[in-house]
This record gives sequence, structure tokens and C-alpha cells, in this order.
Amino acid sequence: MALNAKNIPSDEPFLGHKACPGCGGALALRLALKILGPRAVAVLPAGCMSAVGFNFPQLCFSCNAAISTFAGTASMLAGIAAGFEAQGITDFKAVGFAGDGGTADIGLQALSGAIDRNDDILYICYDNEAYMNTGTQRSSLTPLGAATTTTPYGSAVKGNRLSKKNMFEIVTAQGIPYAATASVGYLPDFMKKVEEAAAIRGTRYIHVIAPCPTGWGVRPDETIEIAKAGVDCGLWYLAKSEYGATTLTRNPRVFTPIGDYLRAQKRFSGISEDDIEQLRKERDLKWSRLRGELGDAGLSGKGETRL
Amino acid sequence: MTRAFLSGNEAFAQGVRLSRVQVVSAYPITPQTTVVEALAGMAANGELNARFLHVESEHSALSAAIGASMTGARTFTATSSQGLLYMAECLVYASGGRYPIVMMNACRSTALPWNIYGDQRDSLLLADSGWIQIYAKDAQEALDLALIAYRVAEDPEVSTPCMVCLDGFTITHTYEAVDVPSQQQADAFLPPYRTSNRFDFEDPRNLAFSAGPETNYMFKKKEHEGMLRVFGALEKAEKDFNEIFSRSYSGALETFATEDAEVVVVTLGAVYGLVVEAVKSLRKQGIRAGAIRLRLIRPFPAGQLKEALSQVKHVAVLEKDISFGYEGAVLSWVRAAVQKGGLDLNVCGFVAGLGGKDIPEAYIEYAAKTALSGFNGTRFQGFDEEDL
Repeated sequence: MALNAKNIPSDEPFLGHKACPGCGGALALRLALKILGPRAVAVLPAGCMSAVGFNFPQLCFSCNAAISTFAGTASMLAGIAAGFEAQGITDFKAVGFAGDGGTADIGLQALSGAIDRNDDILYICYDNEAYMNTGTQRSSLTPLGAATTTTPYGSAVKGNRLSKKNMFEIVTAQGIPYAATASVGYLPDFMKKVEEAAAIRGTRYIHVIAPCPTGWGVRPDETIEIAKAGVDCGLWYLAKSEYGATTLTRNPRVFTPIGDYLRAQKRFSGISEDDIEQLRKERDLKWSRLRGELGDAGLSGKGETRL
Repeated sequence: MTRAFLSGNEAFAQGVRLSRVQVVSAYPITPQTTVVEALAGMAANGELNARFLHVESEHSALSAAIGASMTGARTFTATSSQGLLYMAECLVYASGGRYPIVMMNACRSTALPWNIYGDQRDSLLLADSGWIQIYAKDAQEALDLALIAYRVAEDPEVSTPCMVCLDGFTITHTYEAVDVPSQQQADAFLPPYRTSNRFDFEDPRNLAFSAGPETNYMFKKKEHEGMLRVFGALEKAEKDFNEIFSRSYSGALETFATEDAEVVVVTLGAVYGLVVEAVKSLRKQGIRAGAIRLRLIRPFPAGQLKEALSQVKHVAVLEKDISFGYEGAVLSWVRAAVQKGGLDLNVCGFVAGLGGKDIPEAYIEYAAKTALSGFNGTRFQGFDEEDL
């Protein structure tokens, strides 16, 4: 049975943590754990969610959980899966929650190794587009033109000069059984994908955009709104891939203006028109590839798309 | 029990098999490779029922081993040199979390310059990682230490990971006749791993957490105390070991002819065999020499060393290591033990065997005679012994 806002369990699996108001990561984590249930074994590397949830004696997870090394989310999950399997235990749900830096930078090698071995783990990347726990430094998932503390707006250089790494294509290129992109702006879609992923054995990956009001420069009550706007303007996309067959789970007919999404956030306050144009070009290229790869069947065949 | 002709790595693999490990997680590096290859062969032949994780790095090897240990599984990994240094972050993680993983380290030189041969700069560099460190002298002891390591590491009073150190090539690749115990003997010695330091679906745990300034010291004190209980746990384990396998080991250190010795050579690892030969030779020359092999480096057996050195006047520490800018690390620890024990004797150090350089018996005699002359500094093999 699909979980929704009406029937989701009221038990709180992640309670008493010290996350900032409006934290998108805490929301994604809490909802995913509600869906995965009491057999979840959560692994969180050094990062926001471990920093706010594991302060002895105030331990915030109602399920089994542990902090891993920064690079070690996927490898620790792999060891947990192997350890249970070696003891004949198969009804566990090993799940990782790592940020963008912990996934796309320092943790990428271990993640690739887990996908290679098809370890029975679910890896959820909550992407807030910078190293927020250490004070908003650039990661390889920071978008072009964003100001971070290591890519500030100066008189010579205006913010981050590099484009966001494409984690979804990186993991799908390895033939992963299940991968999906999601956003806390579209929670039913995210929850459905967690449910789908939970029902599959092998390595699964979900990449959920989780705004950080502190680092992005939006109000705590704007988290959902700004995440939704990121999808609606086409800079982020909702898709899934099962054994390499990719389908869009949302396919907007028209995009809202990119500029409106960017200018609502302090981190883009000084973005140049050139950067906005570059982001628009990259968006259009990405969508034409996504739509081109899909073909007609992918767009309309499974009832997954909302044209 | 069967008699077999095995290399140190193959012997260690037999010990790991007899320990009924449940998860093996490792990444290849010379001269560690053949221990994991031997285990893979056993698994392929159905002699070993363990999950193998072919990880993509040493960091992941130990990270995965920690994850497996968190489920209550008995876990093994092995590495060497650069690989040990690459997993260093996970070493302190495993010890801080009190996960009794056993790791075999094939002791090897560290880059730069690149060198695949044996010295002890890799493991000694990580003496402060919170792992028990025990050094074998031959293939038989290597096999036996696999079983003993799990028994001591998993002792609930200890609950500390254990690094068993085999000299690269000298032990890992040298073939010797080895007694391989039966599975029944091994099972009588080593019970299945039982712990409360694990995930539990009935009573879920938050493991590997943060502890701030108000509580951090409590965990570190307990970690230290756990390590100190290794002395007693090792003694008990080796007493039981002798009863079951009829092979005796001497705990934290091994001695030879120290009772009436005026000069003692203190060392660790495989070179001890040659040190004993040098001592015999020195005695024929009328020099009352003795030898001590440190089996444990962590915890450091200062008390046992004091007892063994109580009648000695001169000590030469022979080690395949140098702490740049000071002296050999083992020399410093021996000096500290001497001072702590209130002994009035002369201590000097010999940095030898670096990068696999052969240590001839004559060099060991030279070291003992240099100590007898009252020298109290450090000498490097290859620089000062022109008269050899």
C-alpha cells in the first residue's frame, strides 16, 4: 500500500535532533525512515544529519543507526549487509543518508564499489548543494554561479565557476538496479521512490534535493517552496531508472523562469546574466537528452509521467 | 592436527579459517596478498563459510569490517604499508567504537622512496591507533596468533581490535613446517563471538556517536582501561591455548638467557631468531648476553620489561624503525619503561633492516658490544660499523 500524508506512521524515527529550522535534509531523512520502518539500519557519515542527531547522550534515531567515516557511508553499509547476511539475517534495510559532499566528492569511490558489488543497500543522497555542516563550502554538487564561503562573490570572480556533477547518470552508468532523483518540493514522489527502492534487493540510489535555508539564504518556511521552484524551472528533474531504463516521473510542459528561482535565494544574489544564460543552456540540453533518451514509450507508456 | 608446509601468510589464513570468521573484507597489497588469496581459495572450496567483500580500497576494507562487526559478525581484514596508512582513519574508528576486528599487517617499509620489503615503520607509526599490536616471530606463531587475537580482542573486558604483525616476506613468504590444529581444538579454544556492542532489532542502538567535551573523556578512559586488560587476557588465553594445543607462549614478551645477562638485545619480530643465535655466539666469546622479544607493542609491557631487565646493565634496542628527528620509537618506549621502573642501566638503539636490508648476525653482536661499551645514543645500520 502506498504511503501518503494520511496514512504515514505517526511514530517519529528521528526526534530531538538539533537541525536548523526548515532543514530539508532532516525532512527527507525522517520521511524515508518512516517508510523503511523498524528494520532500517541507518548509516550517516560526518555531516549535518550526524552532527545534529548523534550527540551522546542525546541520540535521536529510534532505529539502529551509526555514524560512518566521511568517505565510508557505502562501505560501512556494505559491511553491515555482509555481516547480517553472514548470520542468516536478510530482513534488514541498510540505508545511508549522506550529503552532497559525502556522496559526490569524498564518498564516491566507496559508493561506486558498492554498486559494482550490488551490495544490498539503499543510498540516499540529501543534496543541499554545499558543505553546509562546516559552513557552506563548495562541493561538486554546488551549482554554477552560487556563492559559497569558498566561492564568494568578489570583484574578479562571481561565485562558483563549475557546473553541478551529474550523480544520477554516474550511478545509472554502472547498471544499478534502481536509481531515482527526487526533491522535498515533491514529497509524494520522493516517498513513492523510497517505497519502490525498499522493495528491491541490491544497490539502490536516491538523490533528493533538500534545501538548506541557512546556506541558500531563504526563510525556514520557504524550504518546500524553493525546492518546488527548482523542479518547476527545470534546473532539477524528477526521474527514475530501473536497470538502466530511465523514465521521467515529472515532465513539465513549460518551465517557470530560472531567474525567479535564483533571485529568491541570497546565494545567487550576485549571479551574472551570463551565468543565468549558461544555466538555461545546460538545463535545455539536459532535458533534451532526458526526453530524447526516453522515446515515446518512456514518456507515455507507464503512466509515470505527468505531461 | 596436521603437519603442513606453509608460508606465514598461508599459516595465518589457516588460523583465520579455524577462527570461523564470518566476513572477510580486504584489498590487495604486497606482501599481504597471499593471505587473502588463501582465504579466497578456502571459500571457493567450501572450507570457509564467510562473506567476502572485494572492496575498492583499504579505507573501504576497514570501514566495511567495522560495519560487519557492528552486526555482531566475526570480521577479518589484512593489509600492509601504504594500505595500512590509507585506512588509518578507520583504525581509530574501530578502536574508539570497541569493535574487536582482527587485522593481519604484513610489515613493510613506507614510501618514499618506494620499497615493498620488510621493516616496521608502517605498524609502529600506528602504535597510537588504539589497536592491540602483537608481533609474530614465525609461521607457527602467526597461525596461533590468529586464534589468540580473536580470543583476546573479543574478551568483553578488552573489546579492542587487534593487529597481528608479520614481517613482510621474512615471515609472510617464508615456508616452514607448521602444525595446523583441528577445528575441534580451535572450537574448544575460541567460542563464537558474543557481544552487546552491536545493532539489535529488539532494542535498537545508535552506535558510533559523537561525545562532546562533557563526556568524551569517559569513553577514552574506558578505551585505555580495555587495552590495559590485554595483559591478563593474553596470559589467560595462552594458558588455555597450551592446554588445548600443547604449545606455550610467553605473553607480552619472550626472553632468552636474561637471568645472568650483563647486556640484553631487545627487539621484535622475526629477527629474534637470529638475535638468539648471536647471544649464543657472544656467550661463547665470554660475554654474558641475553635477548628479549617484545610480542606486545600495545599495550606496552613496561612492567614485564622491568622484571626481565632487573639484573641487566646494558640494553641494545634493535628495531626496523626510526621516528625522524628523535630516535627509534621502540627505543623511546624501552627508555621510558627503564625510567619508570627505576632501573639504573645504559640503553642505546640500533636502527636496522630498513627497507628489507639484511641484518647479519655480526651486526647484532656489534650492537651488543657497542652497548657494553657504554654507548647510549642511536646508530644506523650501514653507517658506523665499518669494522664488521
